[in-house]
Amino acid sequence: MADMTHSRLNPSQTGEAQLPERDVRKSTVTYLMWGVVALILMWAWEGAEMRPMALITDAANMREYAAGFFPPDFHFWDLFLEEMLVTIQIAIWGTVLAVILGIPFGILSSENVAPLWVYWPIRRLMDATRAINELVFAMLFVVAVGLGPFAGVMALFIHTTGVLAKLFSEAVEAIDPRPVEGIRATGATRIQEVIFGIIPQVMPLWISYSLYRFESNVRSATVVGLVGAGGIGVLLWEYIRGFYYGETAAVMIVIIVTVSLLDILSQRLRKMFV
Amino acid sequence: MSEHAIAVDHLSKSFGRNTKALDDVSITVDSGEMVALIGASGSGKSTLIRHIAGLVASDRETCCKVQVFGETVQSGGRISGDARQLRSRIGVIFQQFNLVNRLGLLTNVVIGVLGRIPTWRGTLGLFTKSEKRLAMEALARVGMDQYAGQRASTLSGGQQQRAAIARALVQQAEVLLADEPIASLDPESARRVMDALAEINREDGITVVVSLHQVAYAKKYCPRTIALRDGKVVFDGPSERLNTEFLRELYGADSEELIMDETMSKPGYQPDSEPKVSPEPTIRIPAHTPAIPAKQTVPAYAAE
Ligand SMILES: Nc1ncnc2c1ncn2[C@@H]1O[C@H](COP(=O)(O)OP(=O)(O)O)[C@@H](O)[C@H]1O
Ligand SMILES: [Mg+2]
Repeated sequence: MADMTHSRLNPSQTGEAQLPERDVRKSTVTYLMWGVVALILMWAWEGAEMRPMALITDAANMREYAAGFFPPDFHFWDLFLEEMLVTIQIAIWGTVLAVILGIPFGILSSENVAPLWVYWPIRRLMDATRAINELVFAMLFVVAVGLGPFAGVMALFIHTTGVLAKLFSEAVEAIDPRPVEGIRATGATRIQEVIFGIIPQVMPLWISYSLYRFESNVRSATVVGLVGAGGIGVLLWEYIRGFYYGETAAVMIVIIVTVSLLDILSQRLRKMFV
Repeated sequence: MSEHAIAVDHLSKSFGRNTKALDDVSITVDSGEMVALIGASGSGKSTLIRHIAGLVASDRETCCKVQVFGETVQSGGRISGDARQLRSRIGVIFQQFNLVNRLGLLTNVVIGVLGRIPTWRGTLGLFTKSEKRLAMEALARVGMDQYAGQRASTLSGGQQQRAAIARALVQQAEVLLADEPIASLDPESARRVMDALAEINREDGITVVVSLHQVAYAKKYCPRTIALRDGKVVFDGPSERLNTEFLRELYGADSEELIMDETMSKPGYQPDSEPKVSPEPTIRIPAHTPAIPAKQTVPAYAAE
């Protein structure tokens, strides 16, 4: 069998290029995989109660609903701006605290810095804070520290610490180890190796990641408001609940414009560092 | 007994089951010597230097021992507890990438005091004026003071190597281990780096061990040469004995790698602009062919 295949595939005998033989086993596996994907999609369709026809049959309803949003009502624009600022302030402190804690946790969850018995538990702890959404933390903190922006700060801070620790440690694990060894060879301590050998190498990436998380925290900060954790989200929730569609539209426009502006600004800043 | 600056005793190091990078190496180096360590690539030069500096531990054989100034760096495969203190007396210069690219040159050099100053001050990066001045003086000695404010990444390979020597001076190292410090440099830069090493050896009495794979430099700068082959010491004596015939005897086909570079230090030779990488040990250049650099690949562990 092996001999036959060999002679059949030998181009010097036939003189023309041969296509590689189809591997029956491989293509069976491929078909099976597509089958599994199709099954998963069908299964999820059931669970999610997908009814795309509703978009058409209820079209008239929706048109009426959407029309209610126009014209947007900017009557209380100063209140909107004030609450938007609170949202940004929540995002600022949520991010800053997360950076402060993300640095030690990030370094200690790096394989090339810490031993297994340190980085393994820290990584699991960080996984846990990442696994739970800001909104869930916000609800918990609203109960713990009361309604208001501080609950929002705490929610963003806990979740973002997990995210940044992971991003920071990925940067640490990708450094060039050689200059660090050069510092070790001078008789420096481990912490000094980190400060003079590792931090300068990862700084641009760290700054970029932190700004990126600030961008997404401004978005998240509007959402944590929905459960009472301060900022413009609180306002939005009140308007939606009270069927004030004009105001709801205006608040959403304020959010979109602010978030877009901050995104652009922060992207500019990030480009400066990388 | 503690007269020797470096004493290496029956040192062996295996990587995996069948690579013996060092095989029962015993050498001593006296204070104030300037010794060349030669050998084709893969012969164990880097491994030996990293063991002397206490950066890697040897095999766990009880007879394996490294001492510097009579103090134990490691023995029986264990790096001694106060190796950090001892390291501050041992300067190490690697083939490349000694400096942290994003730090300024002065910072990179003043870091040399870390092993000597209080830990809290070093950790916070609070270097005194006189420490910075010491760094500037060291930079001046290797002819690099005019670049003090620049980032390390903006310097050429030879300049970085001289800065690394300045760092060892700031460190007040008593022994300097240099691992192929000129391997990726053009002849002019190589000469300036070797001159700087020879100068600190002569004027400061610093013991220098420099690994090279160009015998010409060993003969020019170092009175004594230790030659390694497959992790074993095959020669230890005056460098002037290293003529072509003797090298052929020691290294066989590998000797071309060591000899061919003599042509490069001759005037009129145009070095190629690309950094030179040591050929794989398995690539043999047949004797008497013109010295064409073989197709070169970087070994996977290339973090030298
Ligand atoms: N970290 C390592 N892992 C595995 N093998 C290594 C490692 N370091 C060195 N070696 C092997 O040890 C031998 C000696 O290497 P090295 O000391 O780098 O030689 P040289 O510096 O003389 O070129 C080589 O065969 C090399 O492949
Ligand atoms: Mg080497």
